[in-house]
Amino acid sequence: MSDRTEKPRSFQEIILRLQAYWAAKGCAMMQPYDMEVGAGTFHPATTLRSLGSKPWAAAYVQPSRRPTDGRYGENPNRLQHYYQYQVLIKPSPPDMQDLYLGSLRAIGIDMALHDIRFVEDDWESPTLGAWGLGWEVWCDGMEVSQFTYFQQVGGHDCAPVSGELTYGLERLAMYVLGIDHVMDMPFNDPAAPIALTYGDVFRQTEEEYSRWNFDVANTDVLLRHFEEAEAECQAILAQEAVDPKTGKRIIMAHPAYDQCIKASHLFNLLDARGVISVTERQAYIGRVRALAKQCADAFVQTEAGGQAA
Amino acid sequence: MPDLLIELFSEEIPARMQSKAAEDLRARLTEALVEAGLTYAGAAAFSTPRRLALTVQGLTGQSPTTREERKGPRVDAPEQAIEGFLRGAGLSRDQLEIRDEKKGQVYFATITKPGRPAADIVAEELDKIIRNFPWPKSMRWGAGSLRWVRPLHSILCILTDEAGEVTVVDLDVDGIRAGNTTEGHRFMGAGRFAVTSFDDYRAKLRRAHVILEAEERAQHIWQEASNQAFASGLELVEDRGLLAEVAGLVEWPVVLMGRIDDAFLGLPPEVLQTSMKEHQKFFSVRNPKTGRIERFVTVANVETADQGATILAGNQKVLAARLSDAKFFWENDLRTVQAEGLEGMGAGLAHVTFHNKLGSQAERIARIAALARDIAPLVGADADLAEQAAKVAKADLQSAMVGEFPELQGLMGRYYAQAAGLDPAVAAACQEHYSPLGPGDAVPSAPVSVAVALADKIDTLTGFWAIDEKPTGSKDPYALRRAALGVIRLALGNGVRVPLAGSIDAQLLRQKINLYGHKAEKGEIDTLEEVLDEVAQHGVFGAAFHAVLDRLQSNGQPKDQWAGTLVAQVGATLPEFSADLLAFLHDRLKVHLRDEGLRHDVIDACLAMPGNDDLTLLVHRARALGDFLKTDDGENLLQGFKRANNILTQAEEKDGVEYSYGADVKFAETDEERALFAALEAAEPAIASALKAEDFARAMAAMAALRAPIDAFFTAVQVNAESPVIRRNRLNLLSSIRHICLQAADLTRIEG
Repeated sequence: MSDRTEKPRSFQEIILRLQAYWAAKGCAMMQPYDMEVGAGTFHPATTLRSLGSKPWAAAYVQPSRRPTDGRYGENPNRLQHYYQYQVLIKPSPPDMQDLYLGSLRAIGIDMALHDIRFVEDDWESPTLGAWGLGWEVWCDGMEVSQFTYFQQVGGHDCAPVSGELTYGLERLAMYVLGIDHVMDMPFNDPAAPIALTYGDVFRQTEEEYSRWNFDVANTDVLLRHFEEAEAECQAILAQEAVDPKTGKRIIMAHPAYDQCIKASHLFNLLDARGVISVTERQAYIGRVRALAKQCADAFVQTEAGGQAA
Repeated sequence: MPDLLIELFSEEIPARMQSKAAEDLRARLTEALVEAGLTYAGAAAFSTPRRLALTVQGLTGQSPTTREERKGPRVDAPEQAIEGFLRGAGLSRDQLEIRDEKKGQVYFATITKPGRPAADIVAEELDKIIRNFPWPKSMRWGAGSLRWVRPLHSILCILTDEAGEVTVVDLDVDGIRAGNTTEGHRFMGAGRFAVTSFDDYRAKLRRAHVILEAEERAQHIWQEASNQAFASGLELVEDRGLLAEVAGLVEWPVVLMGRIDDAFLGLPPEVLQTSMKEHQKFFSVRNPKTGRIERFVTVANVETADQGATILAGNQKVLAARLSDAKFFWENDLRTVQAEGLEGMGAGLAHVTFHNKLGSQAERIARIAALARDIAPLVGADADLAEQAAKVAKADLQSAMVGEFPELQGLMGRYYAQAAGLDPAVAAACQEHYSPLGPGDAVPSAPVSVAVALADKIDTLTGFWAIDEKPTGSKDPYALRRAALGVIRLALGNGVRVPLAGSIDAQLLRQKINLYGHKAEKGEIDTLEEVLDEVAQHGVFGAAFHAVLDRLQSNGQPKDQWAGTLVAQVGATLPEFSADLLAFLHDRLKVHLRDEGLRHDVIDACLAMPGNDDLTLLVHRARALGDFLKTDDGENLLQGFKRANNILTQAEEKDGVEYSYGADVKFAETDEERALFAALEAAEPAIASALKAEDFARAMAAMAALRAPIDAFFTAVQVNAESPVIRRNRLNLLSSIRHICLQAADLTRIEG
């Protein structure tokens, strides 16, 4: 890349460079999924597409929500809403590590000056019934990405195996830009006529959501929505494969999975409200996992899931 | 005699798996080579984050040719039999030899297996080893089916003969073709290079910035870090586990020491150390004068033009962010403690569920506090302090610091208790009441800590017993075996005398009230509370229960009014739960004592005695008995006892009576008989006084004095005498022996 020695100057420039880099490497530039999720992994472009035999390569930004991490915008690096950059390539290419290191160079990390390390970190998502082996990647002692070879998703063995990269964008950008408090980070070019910081964009929402997440969200309503999402997911999957109206075989894996995502986020909100006990937690996670597993079972029956049409 | 060199080059291998993997590679391959008929002079294995390497020196170039002679069927045997023999031997008929045997002419086959070149054997065996490697966790990648710890990229496998001639072993594992090349450091190496021998490999790796030996990397790190610390008048805090781990994270260690900002030096040293070690894999550097952690050492994997300045600055920044969090938590927690006290900090535990059936943490803490108060006098602790300690011991679970660093639970409780100005014994109990956590963990000895630790564990055990969630087979999700071992080690380690039955009964009753109280009438709860108050007085539940019900009856509340209520249900079931839990503790005790070499039958003999819920007493008795049985007197007395007991039991069965009336010396006929009477008479008070003093060794020594008279009695006297009076008297005499011997332990349970 021509401009790789030049340091990026804003949060969005780092995103744009990652987009350009992975686009150049052949990934489909997906857009964020239009639902509340806890991490980029929940995007169907990762969760569902990592299943089945069909090759896949996608990259996207995913706004992610972790209600319990809200700090009213005061903590220098904790947010209840943040961005993840997600790359998924199936089958994982032999030079996946080199591709990844190339992406760090693209955003201005000079390997001749920095210490990049691959430190064991086995990834597991109890809610998705998924696990993989890989590393957290450290740059000068800071975790800048998660690198995982998916082994199982929704209880299904991944064959071929997907290589997944997750960058915590705020943290990575703060490091590259040398910023100590996330709210001070330039969002767009600091030389732009209307220069905006991350705080200009998100400080108020962090405050608002922190209050709502922790103290105001109606737990009875959340609980009811959880139950409804769970029931709807199961009802969708209980439908006959053949649509009586069109006569086509239409397994509704994606609509069902939307309900699973909903249930997962509602659980996170309930958790932030502190109404879920340690033991109940396990039960809720088990319920979401059961949905994820049923969605995965359904997806592998579809064409995108590798089933002959 | 060629040398073999193997390198398996992969993506980063978890540090904790590296050294065992290298050793597995060495052991498996050398064993396989020997099995295949090769010999070798020496072998060594190595590991770095990206490679496992093995050198085998002085390998034989070829396995030896082997000849095997097989005897076949007779020449005139059916054709089928001869064909079968030929197929088995892989020969044709003209290759067979005919020999004359006694029974006639017989075919013989000589099968020659030619030796195989070492390269072929290595290829075959290495292939198998790679495919079946014992990684703790392995994975697939791409579209392949091969499993390795992380994607395997290349295999180097060469044989180098004395002339230096290199042969690449012909091997292909799922598309990875063995060659004679490898690569060096990920960032400081300069592409792939070929090697011709192990020495060449090691030297070229070093030039490519890879130190092959983990031990050398570790030594370098330790030396360099110590030197840097020393140069600043500081000392490195030793941590071998961390050193081994860090040596497995780098191929080219570059040691960098950095400062911890003054703003963080007021944090407890454990907080600094935990945060730095767990999150950053930093070593701590201490000021020997103050004991404070003032700097850190990080180990980078790369040399840079700026001598690590950027790397160090980055690490320092990450640490500052971590420690800012920690400092924020610490200061917030201290403010909370100062404003609301430690109990105030723990107030939120009322809303934290311990277990959905067993209620909140606050309810659990109240139960523990009540039991700690009961136990305190038994372990020499002040009851008020024990109760207070139990009430605050888990408050730190609500602290921000423990929320962030769960491994600091207890320790933070101690700091916060100190900050709250609580009694030092209370502060110590906050930390120590979790112990002992595992077999290697120390047992607390401060009385208040012991009381709370026992109460905590007994509450956990009784709780899960009350809801019937006992461990089964390999399933023990609530670590109840560990809790039971904790109770055992707390009692034995401190030699404290706690009759556990009372504590278990009381706590089970508290659990039942907690579990079912909300469904019961007030009168039922009041009654059970009354029983609870009396358990301590009566020692166990049963007596207390009946005492309370009797009293209520005499006050006009007939017993039958409780039919079908919680009171009746608890009365009927609690003793069973309690006995079952005590039996579980006894089982764990047996396992614990087995390691000490105490026989299970010796323990059984003591378990049959009253007071077996007092583990200290029980073990004291068992040790004395174990020692006694190792002596000649002990062994012989046991035989004498068994003989007496057998004769007596048989007679009792036959006659349908129990001979315990008391023998009379006036019916004694022989000197030996009279001598036994005298010996029993002399021994009885000695044994009684020793037992009263719980001096089992002395009691058993006194019993040992009976050995000779018993032996002499049996030699001289026929128990089943013709005269019924004499016979009855002698049986009653045997009964005295049995009675005396059974006072110390149930010897009928001793095997052999």
